[in-house]
Amino acid sequence: MSWRRFFRRTFWDRERSEELRSYLEIETAENIERGMSPEEARRAAHIKLGNTVRIREEIHGMNTIGLLDALGRDVSFAVRGMRRRPGFALAVVLTLAIGIGANTAIFGVVHGVLIKPLPYPNADELVSVEHVAPGLNLDELRMSPSQYFTYREEGRVFQHIGLWGDGGQTITGLGDPEQARALFVTYGVLEALGVQPQLGRIFRETDTRPGGAALTPVVLTHAYWQRRFGGDRLVIGRRLTMDSRPAEVVGVMPEGFRFLDMEPAAEVISPIVLDRNTLTLDGFGFRSLARLKPGVTVAAANADIARMLPIWVGAWPVPPNTAGRQVYENWRIAPVVQPLKDDVVGGAGDMLWVLMGTMGAVWLITCANVVNLMLVRSESRRPEFAVRAALGARRGQVARESWVESLVLSLAGGALGMALAYAGLKVVVATAPLTLPRVEDISLDTRVIAFAFAVSLVSSILFGSVPALKHAAQYSRPLGGAARGASASRERQRTRNTLVVVQVALALVLLVSSGLMIRTFQALQNVQPGFAATAELQTARIWVPPQLVPDPERATRMQHEILEKIAVLPGVTAAAFASAVPMEGPLRVATQVIFVDGRSYAPGMTPPVRRMKTVSPGYFGAIGTQMIAGRDITWNDIYGHAKVAIVSENFAREVWGSPAAALGQRIREQAPSPAPVWREIVGIAEDVHEDSLDQAAPPMVYWPVMMDNFWGAPMFATRAINLVIRSERAGTVGLVSGVRTAITSVNPNMPVFLLRTMKDLYDQSVARASFALVMLGIAAVMALALGVIGIYGVIAYVVSQRSREIGIRLALGAKPAELKRMFVRQGLQLTAVGAVLGLIAAAAFARWMSSLLFGVEPLDLPTYAAVLGVLGASAALASYAPARRAATIDPFRSLTAD
Amino acid sequence: MPRRESPLQSETPQGTLDMLVLRVLVVGPAHGHTIAHAIERGSEDVLQIEHGSLYPALHRLENRGWIASFWGTSDNNRKAKYYRLTPTGRKQLVAQTTRWAELVRAIGRILSPSTE
Repeated sequence: MSWRRFFRRTFWDRERSEELRSYLEIETAENIERGMSPEEARRAAHIKLGNTVRIREEIHGMNTIGLLDALGRDVSFAVRGMRRRPGFALAVVLTLAIGIGANTAIFGVVHGVLIKPLPYPNADELVSVEHVAPGLNLDELRMSPSQYFTYREEGRVFQHIGLWGDGGQTITGLGDPEQARALFVTYGVLEALGVQPQLGRIFRETDTRPGGAALTPVVLTHAYWQRRFGGDRLVIGRRLTMDSRPAEVVGVMPEGFRFLDMEPAAEVISPIVLDRNTLTLDGFGFRSLARLKPGVTVAAANADIARMLPIWVGAWPVPPNTAGRQVYENWRIAPVVQPLKDDVVGGAGDMLWVLMGTMGAVWLITCANVVNLMLVRSESRRPEFAVRAALGARRGQVARESWVESLVLSLAGGALGMALAYAGLKVVVATAPLTLPRVEDISLDTRVIAFAFAVSLVSSILFGSVPALKHAAQYSRPLGGAARGASASRERQRTRNTLVVVQVALALVLLVSSGLMIRTFQALQNVQPGFAATAELQTARIWVPPQLVPDPERATRMQHEILEKIAVLPGVTAAAFASAVPMEGPLRVATQVIFVDGRSYAPGMTPPVRRMKTVSPGYFGAIGTQMIAGRDITWNDIYGHAKVAIVSENFAREVWGSPAAALGQRIREQAPSPAPVWREIVGIAEDVHEDSLDQAAPPMVYWPVMMDNFWGAPMFATRAINLVIRSERAGTVGLVSGVRTAITSVNPNMPVFLLRTMKDLYDQSVARASFALVMLGIAAVMALALGVIGIYGVIAYVVSQRSREIGIRLALGAKPAELKRMFVRQGLQLTAVGAVLGLIAAAAFARWMSSLLFGVEPLDLPTYAAVLGVLGASAALASYAPARRAATIDPFRSLTAD
Repeated sequence: MPRRESPLQSETPQGTLDMLVLRVLVVGPAHGHTIAHAIERGSEDVLQIEHGSLYPALHRLENRGWIASFWGTSDNNRKAKYYRLTPTGRKQLVAQTTRWAELVRAIGRILSPSTE
């Protein structure tokens, strides 16, 4: 059997027919020569040759592949049937397209974000390395440079390990000064990722030692190379000025290179230079990634670091002003090595799996709906099947046809669904960068297409097998079924009731989950963030490099000057700055160990780590944080080097019991500075949700932007600041360019970046909840609509089947209202059964999605009550419509009809 | 698809029809009609065949590449499909004839051992 022959079977049939004809002619001619009459001669020739049809069939049989041929026939039969009933086919295909499309789109996201490996060679060997410090109550302690050296030198499980951080680099000497997004790496990071540069080289080990390179080496990303150098291949060796230091381009990364999920993406990569002679145990500010040796498990890596931690504590100098090594032992540092992908994906996984589950439920509902449609149609085709059975069609053949029809429908639905998914993924990718990690990895690739195909196949099996079995069952009573038999439909009605119950149950699950998301969203909206009117808050980040302005006080005065220029811009009502604004993300989080005056700490014990930021006078007023007690910091405090501080209300309550009691108390940092400097608390500020609305407001310490003897410096200035500008014109081009002009008029070499409104940051903080809400909402509305259609269909069908009975009842004096009630009751009974099952499933599902919820319990009674109400009302309405028709049936007509 | 036995196959020992066809074509190309009559006549009308059943055999042999076909004109000037033996077919004929001869000898020995 060969495919070539299979596709040429029509040709061969023609060829052999011709040949047989030729035989007949020759034989007839010979017979005539032998003296037969022409008719006789022709007849004899036919007899001699035999049955030509059978010969052709035999040859055809040699050429064909039996099953395939039958399948082709069935497909064309199915397509013909659909063209005869385009309405039915359209309804089925559209329903399936929605179910399959929604699933494929979500799977596309899940696949891109959660399943696909990170875009580096052997990405499963990559891990992130962090710590926890239960002794400090810290569930995330980053790496210190001394740990990096210890792990690099003593580690047995790593091929490469490195530290990284992100930030900005001021680039001058290439036209306009510019703040480029920078990735800072030690030796080992790019090596671990295993990415080769497109041009030049990546950093050498010597590049990351002090004095190891004459010029600061810099590696460009492809996009930056294209943008600033026009893709010039002679870029290697080009000089430029980075943070006022001479630098040299040594390499260009390839086009597809992205560093983890860094957003916005890095433009330049600079080395982190570490002098190991000056390192202490301290400095936990770096993130870390590593490549494990082949075959090493994450557990083994954790064990290896646990082994090295005591070595590290013993080997490195204790930072000044720390009460000995036992402080670090009391922190009880433990390793947290996890696959790098998990670190990148973070908490998005939970949400995506919940959405995947939701869309799975929608798909089941669509399948149930299609089964319903198929059953309705098979009802109308019952006579046809009966006749065919009587004519000798085999049982399996009819079932196969029905299955093939389902297959054709579901593949059409799948193809349309794929188009929907493609559009849906475009929308997700365009809107989700704030919500989802790895958005750039989301695409409709072959795996996703295969998934859509598989879902289509499974759909066709799901909804195709029911009618196939039903048709086959008809064989027990051929032709009898063609007559209008009421009892025959009993079993079919049971199937339908089951379907409706399933649909109602699933719809209830989706309604509950979207109801819980709505409550979550409401709860988030009700959170007092600790800042106000975010749409009127413009932020802009600037940095005064020490190379540009070496003197700290001069740098602060320059920032002050900028502030005063901005304050007089039209429409600006307040302006201030701080080291960071709320909700900027984990990279701007700064923490310190804070000592409280008058508290005694056990030897070797450290007080808890606190969040801190530095603020300019007027910051609280500008951002909208209330002062609970005391006063704000003033410029006089700052320039007069007054030892002052502000703490948050929850900090004050925790330590001193009340805000008022905190005033006048003194706190200090765990300082590397020579003598501990106590600073007096002059003000108490309202609690601020610094991280996101759904996370508690952390206890905060606010220091002035400039202080003496702070952070290891005789004079400390906050060089990287975020301006906070309150104006009704926030976000407008006018204000933004006014701000830019104000900054560059003070110093033309000072770049401005990250101009955004607080509302952008605020929206980002609720983005995940709103994304989940929208997706669940869509799913729930679809589910409810399909469920209502299901109930309506069943009751309408029951009414039509029982119209004779209704006629009799009416003729015997039944009241129309009673009849209506009867049918509505039936609809509600089905709904009730579905609702009970649905409630059980919903309670389980809600528990599963509890990580997405905020301010609402998984078993939130009002949500469940509201959902039951909505569902009950919809079900009543859906059954009332056909019930009313029942009540208006004309007894005479219904009894005489058909 | 169930294969129906062709009458000719059922009257001639399995596989021998192929051999007979190949044998007829040794003398030169021929069309179906000629082949059918040649087999009948050659067997002195012992093998009465329904000529139509020859065609599936021709189709099979052509598929195997043992014979090749071309359209030509018959003696009485009609369009007819001619078959000729291919080199592979010739080898097959030799092989099959040899095997057949051995088979006949073997059967002969079993049926009449006394003559040995």
